[in-house]
Amino acid sequence: MTTIEGAPKANAQRPLSHPWFLPSVREAIDAYACIAVWLAGFSIFTVAPMVASLGIAMTKWDIIADAEFVWFANFARLASDPLVRVSSINTVFISFLSVPLHLIVALALALALNQKIRNILVYRTIFFLPSQMPLVASALMWMWIFNPDFGLANVGLTSVGLPPLKWLFDPSLSKPTIVLITLWGGVGTAMMIFLAGLQGIPEQLYEAASIDGAGSWATFRFVTVPMLSPVIFFNLIIGIISSFQAYFTLIYNTTQGGPGHATLIYVMYIFFKAFQDFQMGYAAALSWVLFTVVLALTGLQFLMARRWVHYEGGE
Amino acid sequence: MAASAVVSSRLHPVIERTRALVLHVILIFISIIYVIPFFWMISTSLKQSGREITIPPQWIPNPVAWENYVRVFIVVPFAQFAVNSVFITVTATGFGVLAASLAGFAFARLRFPGRDRLFSLCVASLMLPSIVTLIPEFLIFKNLGLIDTYAPLIVPWSLGGSAFAVFLFRQFARSIPLDLDEAARVDGAGNFQIWWMIILPLSRPVIATMAILSVIYHWNEFLRPLVYLHSPAKRTLAIGLAVFKSEYLVQWNLMMTASTLMLLPIVILFFFAQRHFVRGIVMSGLKG
Repeated sequence: MTTIEGAPKANAQRPLSHPWFLPSVREAIDAYACIAVWLAGFSIFTVAPMVASLGIAMTKWDIIADAEFVWFANFARLASDPLVRVSSINTVFISFLSVPLHLIVALALALALNQKIRNILVYRTIFFLPSQMPLVASALMWMWIFNPDFGLANVGLTSVGLPPLKWLFDPSLSKPTIVLITLWGGVGTAMMIFLAGLQGIPEQLYEAASIDGAGSWATFRFVTVPMLSPVIFFNLIIGIISSFQAYFTLIYNTTQGGPGHATLIYVMYIFFKAFQDFQMGYAAALSWVLFTVVLALTGLQFLMARRWVHYEGGE
Repeated sequence: MAASAVVSSRLHPVIERTRALVLHVILIFISIIYVIPFFWMISTSLKQSGREITIPPQWIPNPVAWENYVRVFIVVPFAQFAVNSVFITVTATGFGVLAASLAGFAFARLRFPGRDRLFSLCVASLMLPSIVTLIPEFLIFKNLGLIDTYAPLIVPWSLGGSAFAVFLFRQFARSIPLDLDEAARVDGAGNFQIWWMIILPLSRPVIATMAILSVIYHWNEFLRPLVYLHSPAKRTLAIGLAVFKSEYLVQWNLMMTASTLMLLPIVILFFFAQRHFVRGIVMSGLKG
């Protein structure tokens, strides 16, 4: 009988009247029956596509004609494709600007919400709700607010004597405007996770720090941050990985990658190649590069986390 | 600023009150920034055509154009889009939650060869960018002749829900005492009966959480409907709204009406099931 780590002790007190192998065999059969539906879905829609995608990446395929095997030609092509460069730079720019900003704003809001003051639930709802809104609807809303001719943002600027801006339609301002929009709709989730993390920090640690005469910055630096580091780390990973993909809907419904290619992000380029130009092989190759980068980033972050993340206890 | 407030329990009451006041002022200021976009959207949605913009801007529309909320259904088949969205959301969520809970139950409480390896694979797939699988998935559905049907939007989720749902359910099922299974086994219950009669009823909170995460996901989902649905009658709200934007770009009041209508169900859901929203988010963050 194979023993599985962490398995529940359900079998320990089985009636002895059965031969020892029978219940375990039946249990395994039942278990596979239980996961059969999931396993089928997982194999067909996750594992098989992953493998197939690598095969497709080595073909030239427009769906209509038969696929033509071209080995690594697609990968060679993407290395010299100027739009791959542009879209990668845009993606990195938006991620590197938005992820740290999101973490700082989310943590600051969570720290404020962790205080013992009244109406906390009202504030919490206000900061959290935007993150659950349908992105298409909020994209339209922001298009209206940042409208260069009669948007509310420009009304605000001109009322304090500043010149109006073209926001999403200005090539140099469009990326920061996108990041600004995500600060409204993208911090609620991380804030909630931080808040739960803060509420899990034992009160005694703060008391001990205050007995030792720690000031508020020292307390934050040496109690809050270390205790919260697993949560910070989690939000960082999720933030970076999701920032590569999450802005598709927002950008598609505001700038469509424009003006010029100023907000063309990598995922959007894959989408255009696959579902507008129907270059399935090339798009699959592009998506594999993204997958490799995500994998490498995840690995790197786990390695780095060992250095600075403090895990409480042995859990 | 907020960090300074952490050690607070033994400060002088006057300092304490001043601190609370400052905190409230800051929080109210940020709240206003977060609420203004919503407010402006709703305000615009109630303005007459051609009067969306005035100088200075009109915060409370005068006159209030309630008729926009009727007109938007006449201009665009929004009722149809809403029905389509509800159908996809309900089916995918219902089947997905059931299948995920069954799989989560097996991963948490049954022993079988390959269990831990399969579960690791399931968790690892959470990191997978969905665009990587989208292209082969599209080709599968294309070959099956299922483009422009709801199958691509429902079937992958109905078969086991998302990897995250399986993960969430497994974590929860592990926290239910094993004595319950034992007692049921003594009474002659099989594994399926244990799932159906013990685990599933006890899992109501996590089912609610999973259902809400799934409803929000499917209601807001944009990329897949965009790829798979082509005929206008089959559009979901998200796609319908995006098309509406490209066709009626100048009618800002109606666009804001449509946007408000689309996010209304989410707001209502939030106020009725706030606990479950919060739990879902927190479980995703802390038990990972």
